[in-house]
Amino acid sequence: MSKKIHVKTTINSEEVEFLCEPRQSLLECLRDIVGLTGSKEGCNDGNCGACTVNLDGRIVDSCLVFGVEVDGKEVNTIEGVAYKDELHPIQKAFLENAALQCGICTPGFIVASKALLERNPNPTEKDVRFWLAGNLCRCTGYDKIVRAVLDAAEKMRVN
Amino acid sequence: MTKGSNSTNGYKVIGTRPIRHDGYDKVTGKALYGADFSISGLLFGKILRSPHAHAKILSIDTSAVENMDGVKAIVTSQDLPQTNWTKEKDAIMAKTKVLYKGHPIAGVAAINHHIAEEALKLINVEYEILPAILTAPEGLDPSSPLIDETKKNNISNHVKHELGNIKKGFEKSDVIVERTFDTATVHQGYIEPHNATVDWNSSVQDEKVNIWVSTQSSFDIRGRTAEILHLDPSKIKTTPMEIGGGFGAKFDPYACPVAALLSKKTGKPVKIVHTRKEEFESTGPTPGSNIKIKIGATKEGKILAAEATLAYEDGAFPGGVVSAGALCAFATYDIENVLINGYDVLVNKPSTSAYRAPGATNSNVGTETVIDEIAEKLEMDPIEFRLINASKEGVRRADGPKHPSIGVIEVLNAMKKHPHYNEPLPEATDINRGVAIGFWMNGAGPSSINLSVHPDGRINLIEGSTDIGGSRASIAMMVAEVLGIKAEDVTPSVVDTDKIGYTSGTGGSSVTYKAGVAGHIAATNLKKSLIERAASIWGVSPKTVSMENGILFSTKDKSLSISLKNLAKDLNDTGGPIISNGATNPSGAAPSISGHIIDVKVDKETGKIDIVKCTIFQDVGKAIHPDYVEGQMQGGTVQGIGWALNEEYFYNNDSYEMANPTFLDYRMPLALDLPMINTEIIEVPNPAHPFGVRGVGEASITSPPAAIANAIYRITGIRVNQLPIKPSLLMESIKK
Repeated sequence: MSKKIHVKTTINSEEVEFLCEPRQSLLECLRDIVGLTGSKEGCNDGNCGACTVNLDGRIVDSCLVFGVEVDGKEVNTIEGVAYKDELHPIQKAFLENAALQCGICTPGFIVASKALLERNPNPTEKDVRFWLAGNLCRCTGYDKIVRAVLDAAEKMRVN
Repeated sequence: MTKGSNSTNGYKVIGTRPIRHDGYDKVTGKALYGADFSISGLLFGKILRSPHAHAKILSIDTSAVENMDGVKAIVTSQDLPQTNWTKEKDAIMAKTKVLYKGHPIAGVAAINHHIAEEALKLINVEYEILPAILTAPEGLDPSSPLIDETKKNNISNHVKHELGNIKKGFEKSDVIVERTFDTATVHQGYIEPHNATVDWNSSVQDEKVNIWVSTQSSFDIRGRTAEILHLDPSKIKTTPMEIGGGFGAKFDPYACPVAALLSKKTGKPVKIVHTRKEEFESTGPTPGSNIKIKIGATKEGKILAAEATLAYEDGAFPGGVVSAGALCAFATYDIENVLINGYDVLVNKPSTSAYRAPGATNSNVGTETVIDEIAEKLEMDPIEFRLINASKEGVRRADGPKHPSIGVIEVLNAMKKHPHYNEPLPEATDINRGVAIGFWMNGAGPSSINLSVHPDGRINLIEGSTDIGGSRASIAMMVAEVLGIKAEDVTPSVVDTDKIGYTSGTGGSSVTYKAGVAGHIAATNLKKSLIERAASIWGVSPKTVSMENGILFSTKDKSLSISLKNLAKDLNDTGGPIISNGATNPSGAAPSISGHIIDVKVDKETGKIDIVKCTIFQDVGKAIHPDYVEGQMQGGTVQGIGWALNEEYFYNNDSYEMANPTFLDYRMPLALDLPMINTEIIEVPNPAHPFGVRGVGEASITSPPAAIANAIYRITGIRVNQLPIKPSLLMESIKK
């Protein structure tokens, strides 16, 4: 066991400090140390996107980032998407469009979709499909997910 | 945008699209899946697995690990109960022989999973490597090694179904087509790996093994773990956590007995979570297969004879799915003379599991491409040809039973008149259209539902069926329909095995059927009790009291009426709480038929295949929550597309090691690969269900591969004879 390292970071707008081993991924730190289990592990090698988080404005697979790397940075996870008890329009759109079945991939899709709509408020279907190509869903065939993201985009533009 | 059916047929709740009850937790990251579970004192387990596909275990030396810092316990097959040794135990941890690469040998518990992983490397196992086999045809070869040396051959199951006389049928046929297909081993590919946390409380008075697990059947996990560990089932409590997909592969106990033994040894709870590599190498897969299909028809288009010979990989242990593949092979057609032989063949791969309509997709790709070829030879429209031969209620299936109500004709007619079938194709010669249909008989099984009344008039619903894709909502909706209340006024929960009567697993498209029947019984009983309570308060006969739209009222005296909400408030003072239950093992599940129209594009320079447009038609009986019915149709369709085009267990020549055990190389469909999946819900009600439900989860996967293959033929002139349809194989054929 190697010596643990102190990490000071911002998670969902809160300052957070934790100790982790250098080998521990950000995903592992979030889930097992910080206690945020909304980010999921589907593959642990950056291919499924279930652990997608936003790191300093970019979406990353948190299984491919070491916990120690987020020192001084800003991490946003699924737990920070809703504002208090008010769901984000993307979360509402996922519910209203039945864009989830088992739900294990949902946090990753929502975090990724939010980053898309922040960059491109008026994406085409193709834009959505391209952006979400790093997130695997095995239940839905993606149809309702794509519709939910387009629906959320429309509602966010109106508001 | 196709929204499919939204007919309510006079229903108030059924056929509507309420927000699912568990939705909020799932879009906020709060829902607790198996790997999210934690408990005081938790240790982390890892499993040592065989690096060889087939080998004798000569010795296992764990001495280097025993005093390692952070390691708390090691278990091997020696820690399982030794009497009455079974194959099930051998699947949990191998005793004398490993039968596939990935076969568990030992388990380690440590203070974290990194240390447990390091410990695995220090366990020294000596093997004597044996020759291995990977495919069903190899397994059938008499010169191949035996997987089970106590048997004469590698066939673990042979099913034979016969109708009429195929010899005569083929003699009378004007056109006969015979084709052979090879399909690759594929994985269910759910995103959440298997997991189990087990806490074995071994105190003498109160022994209890608590299991928290992602499973399609908490009662199967309880029963099978009890058998393996020689415990009474009541000593095990299985809590089903939220499940991140299963598609048939989450029934087996896998890590549960290992975590249990590690917990017993340490006195602490132990959590084991599989890696993705372990998922590919040690769970699932659904079989690769060799399929021979021969069909003969008259020049008028009547099929006279059909023969199928199906050889499916069984994996290392018996329990394969050829029986279902054989049953489904010709089930959509009314054919007088049929012969079906199906073989499950032991091979050195992980023990195969169900995967959505298990076995049916394999045989379907054979049947539905041969059907297409005959229609072409007869110069008939492929849907018209199928209609001439379509099965209907009362037609005997080759495996014996007569079809109950069945919607083959309705699905075919809907396809025939649909704009997607009739619209002209683009002028480009690299795009064309294929069709195929598929069958799944659907399952049932025991189911238990408990209802109680909240003081605010909402109804509490307790059930034992794992909710894998919206069944909490659909069961709540059926209960709400009976009671005349809103879906959101029913609060459903899936509970552990101590809190509900036996409930069989979430599989075979059984839940909405069986839990619907149980829920209907429970809700009808609850309604009766509520009516009796109102009648007793009013001092009138219950026969004169009715309940509609959440209001109880006298049919004789207009002044007597009370809302369920107000009645509920005073239940305790008017006679006590009201509960009800429904427990049943209903027969009467009825088949679901799928149909696909798929437009495909083939790049003739590279062989790349794209899905341009796709419509699925499915007879669902009655769509309780149409959104989630469409979701099943779309999800199954895309799994079928993945099976057709991309997915396979890839083995390099002369290697018994799966070369692609990651989601990068085992390539499942991405959002970018696909168009929208249009859905057409067909509703031919199942008379054996109170609301007409058929199962909806399976049939959709069966027909895409054949529809795609049929489209590819129309573009390239090549009759595909294997899955996946790889660009490289297509290019070889195009060049020829």
